[in-house]
Amino acid sequence: MKDKACIVGVGESAYTRDVELSKSVLAIQLEASMRAIEDAGLSPKQIDGILPSQYGPTTEELAANLGIEELRFATTVHMGGAAAVASLQHAAMAVSSGAAERVLLVSGWNGYSMQRARNILSTNVTVLPGGAIARDYYMPYGLTVPAQWYALIARRHMHEFGTTQEQLGAIALAMRKHASLNDKALMRDRALSLKDYLSAPVIADPYRMFDCCLETDGAAAVVVTSAERAKDRKHRPVYIMGAAAAHPYPADEFTNREDIFHTGLTDAAPKAFAIADVSPSDVDFAEIYDCFTFEVLQQIEETGFCERGEGGAFVEGGRIEIGGELPVNTHGGLLSEAHVLGMSHIVEAARQLRGNLGKRQVKGAEIGVVTGWGDFGDGSIAVLRR
Amino acid sequence: MSDKPLPELAGYAKEFYAWCRRGDLRFQRCSDCDAWRHVPREMCAKCGSAEWKWVKSSGKGTVFTWTVAERAMHPAFADAVPYAPVVVEMDEGVRLVTEIVDCAPSELEIGMRVEVAFAKVSDELTLPKFRRMP
Ligand SMILES: [Zn+2]
Repeated sequence: MKDKACIVGVGESAYTRDVELSKSVLAIQLEASMRAIEDAGLSPKQIDGILPSQYGPTTEELAANLGIEELRFATTVHMGGAAAVASLQHAAMAVSSGAAERVLLVSGWNGYSMQRARNILSTNVTVLPGGAIARDYYMPYGLTVPAQWYALIARRHMHEFGTTQEQLGAIALAMRKHASLNDKALMRDRALSLKDYLSAPVIADPYRMFDCCLETDGAAAVVVTSAERAKDRKHRPVYIMGAAAAHPYPADEFTNREDIFHTGLTDAAPKAFAIADVSPSDVDFAEIYDCFTFEVLQQIEETGFCERGEGGAFVEGGRIEIGGELPVNTHGGLLSEAHVLGMSHIVEAARQLRGNLGKRQVKGAEIGVVTGWGDFGDGSIAVLRR
Repeated sequence: MSDKPLPELAGYAKEFYAWCRRGDLRFQRCSDCDAWRHVPREMCAKCGSAEWKWVKSSGKGTVFTWTVAERAMHPAFADAVPYAPVVVEMDEGVRLVTEIVDCAPSELEIGMRVEVAFAKVSDELTLPKFRRMP
């Protein structure tokens, strides 16, 4: 797989939190798709593979609207927030095997203006693969949403390793700082201090309000093609050096994992680095799926940027801010830019590697990592280079 | 205020909660390798056996982790906040999500010893909850 596929187009719809501006999920996914296709210097008819999100319009609807007459490859990855990066892996496999030549990935939703994102699973948790277990054994005790599930893991981490509330706060503050450098970020003008963070209402201890991602309307899309076809495009190609995805064991019930910190990423990360033939110390920045602050810390550990238990110290002292040792979520992430189910992390990573991102450009960015986290700890990761 | 979400009493969940209604906390135990398991499954993940029995638990365990829900994320829990979903690790090794009935959220501690205390929800359903051990 190494270096056989490239990201050649990226794009987003408008990101909004305004019922008045609400459009259908199909409309915003098409808006993002057209921007990514144009960014790749292609016409929509040239797309021959689609990886739609499990939440939103089908391949058939997308293809009919885009006028794609020769659709040769279509599949949907059911990994929740890990699906976008896992789809990038599938796209790379498709173009490197010849199953398709130009593949479109798109995800997005009306997480603000229609059903609020927080209510989707509490209303019907069985939309989740394995959700019947949550319905029968979690929900009766009021354990109804991801914030509460993951808070249980965060609390255990604090107990075993001494991770602190302030360290989770450092993650929220870094994302907010990065958002101030990004015109698209919905929180760009909302400065956040540690005092604000600590005095915000508790949602599910240890998660306070600013530990939780935004609920937004928006979509993002990416176009992948083979390395050969990627030459002579509008923008310099971004190479997929390695990618992997994995489910933890068991994937449908997280409390009985022998090692509760062993998630999909724990297995996927070494695989992706082995394919890419680089190590975490070679990485210049990381776009990490930040549904909640602790998941950033945990993924930093499981990706191998530090040892397990050291994540708390790692995120302190500006290390994950632009200018630090490992800038994380340079766009502001799900916490402070917008929540479009992880595709925006791939978009940002590609832009960082193209360069010229102005104030938020990571200087000398050559290699970047993007991760996904979904459902009860599914994981995905891609290692990208310019 | 809407009704609290309930388990769907079908399949193995029906059997698990039927034991609870009789005041018995039972988990599946593999007939071949003796491994305990929860949640219920068709097969033993350790040895692959499809033979198993519902075996009575000691009912004793230890708090493994918890969270305090201060904001209700489901309308049925609006009057319940703050409440604390807890994961208890049973002495048999399996873990389950539950609640400690006689412990304020602020007094919860990982490692606290607890024992099962059944809570009747309706004629059809009794939930296994826990209380502090003396
Ligand atoms: Zn067995």
